[in-house]
Amino acid sequence: MRTATPGQIEIAFKGQPGSSPLDAHFSVPAKGVTAIFGPTGCGKTAVARCIAGLEHLPTGFCAIDGEVWQDETTFRPPHLRPIGYVFQHASLFPHLSVKRNLLYGARKAEPTPNAFEEVIELMGIAPLLDRSPALLTGGEQQRIAIGRALLSQPRLLVMDEPLAALDRRAKSEILPFLERLHEKVALPMIYITHDMVEIERLANHLVIMERGTVTAAGPLHVLQTDPALPLAASREAAVSLDAVVGGYDGRYGLLILRVKGARVLVPAAPLPPGVHQRLRVAARDVSVAREPPRANSIVNVFPARIKASLPLGAGEITLVLALGGSGTEILARITRFSFDSLGLKDGMDVFAQVEGVMLVSASEPPLRTIVASTPAGDAGQPSPVP
Amino acid sequence: MELFSAEIWQSLGLTIELASLTTLVLLIVGTPLAWWLARSKSLWAKAVGTIIALPLVLPPTVLGLYLLFMLGPNGPGGFLASIWGWRTLAFTFAGLVVGSVLCAVPFVVQPIRNAFATMGNRPLEVAATLRASPLYAFFTVALPLARPGLLTAAVLGVAHTTGAFGLVLMIGGNVPGRTKVLPAFLFDYVQASRWREASSLGGGMVMFAFAAILTLTLIEKYSARRST
Repeated sequence: MRTATPGQIEIAFKGQPGSSPLDAHFSVPAKGVTAIFGPTGCGKTAVARCIAGLEHLPTGFCAIDGEVWQDETTFRPPHLRPIGYVFQHASLFPHLSVKRNLLYGARKAEPTPNAFEEVIELMGIAPLLDRSPALLTGGEQQRIAIGRALLSQPRLLVMDEPLAALDRRAKSEILPFLERLHEKVALPMIYITHDMVEIERLANHLVIMERGTVTAAGPLHVLQTDPALPLAASREAAVSLDAVVGGYDGRYGLLILRVKGARVLVPAAPLPPGVHQRLRVAARDVSVAREPPRANSIVNVFPARIKASLPLGAGEITLVLALGGSGTEILARITRFSFDSLGLKDGMDVFAQVEGVMLVSASEPPLRTIVASTPAGDAGQPSPVP
Repeated sequence: MELFSAEIWQSLGLTIELASLTTLVLLIVGTPLAWWLARSKSLWAKAVGTIIALPLVLPPTVLGLYLLFMLGPNGPGGFLASIWGWRTLAFTFAGLVVGSVLCAVPFVVQPIRNAFATMGNRPLEVAATLRASPLYAFFTVALPLARPGLLTAAVLGVAHTTGAFGLVLMIGGNVPGRTKVLPAFLFDYVQASRWREASSLGGGMVMFAFAAILTLTLIEKYSARRST
């Protein structure tokens, strides 16, 4: 019999939950956001439903942070799993007010007034409390559904394409809330999506699925730069980097960020030092030079080594670059013409010129009460903000 | 008030009593049955669903015939009756309730079953992920969401039982104060050529039917507005 490892989300499901077979297994840390990514019909929702116990495959293993929810002999029914589940459609109870929807899952463990206030504040739903769900917009409904899941004091939050049913405006309205959620609530999350943009903003870990099986699982950044995976070779390839604010150059309006050893300068509004900041560096915004550039308008230039080169169509090549010192990997998109005329090859030392860095989210210190409501010794404890 | 004798007021009371008792029994028994029929995929559910739909197409007299066998001294109803010293359940109020319940089953179960089927699985799944046990979810989510269906079922149950005549004819026995309900009275009036009384009673029943159907329409309108 398989034993559960504390601090891990361990999943193995095999069977036929719907029309297509599923054979998915992976193990990721029970901390931060794990995105499950894949095309429609690849079985990612089936995995989420199996984790929640809404689907019962006879052959399955599911352990969350050392606690077995399903194995050969055990199957905990969904209402006995400390899980919060956000469906694609908000599915608020139409016969209950917003407030009673929020408190539906909080019967057994009455939330402290503080926790309630904080969830309300976190999701920005205070003005909606006495309304009827039918009169709210899709974005508002989904925020309430997330708040409702949080108030049931789960130890794992599963979100099944929470933005997929929303229009573009509602999507961009909710994403900042999800980012705040991710920053402020020390709760492991599983986030199902087919949209790489959401993953680049939110995820720490990534599970890639295809036709019912898991093709890769690991830290987001590692999978983004893995030459063997389709992400690095795609046209929209980018890396997500987690940076810490080191300071601010007021004279030029430049934010100074540290990514492992490297220093990155970005024109932006000032942020207090120590704040965590997610960056997105698109492959198409990175070029390479063989000589250290002397007269150059590009601010962020790093010595780097070419780890791999992947053809993209007939005319372009995506390079996987390991930055000197930190070993952080980024991607660069260049033409095959440049590749040949510069005489580039794998293993060569070059200079990476990063022309554009996107700040995708800023964090605030974690909320105390929601953190305190998770069991002591939980792997999801926040790292203290320096 | 001169028009109707004391007898007819007694009959009206009896009719109301029969209709409400029948509907109450049907709501209590029919709701879990409808729940099972709406959610089970087994062949049994299909078979049971078909059996309870039979009263829709069978003439009430056919049902009455079999009920007479069942409730009579040689049937299980007779055996039951013998426990408290009666000879038979036929031609008694209790027997009439049993018969009315069986006759009105499809009219009550079908709307509730539809209500459960329309809401789908999702609300219950949501409830389960919010720590609601299946029983708790049934009472706090499924039943409130099925309320329009339950109301429709109640109105149909009352209306159908009030108007049932064929069955009463077969197993009621037309005993004043025990089984002589309004439709039976109407029949008697006609037999006795008391046309004035007959048409007054008939008119009253038409008005009742009109009110019942109007109520149904309003329920539908109300629930449609709530679900948008």
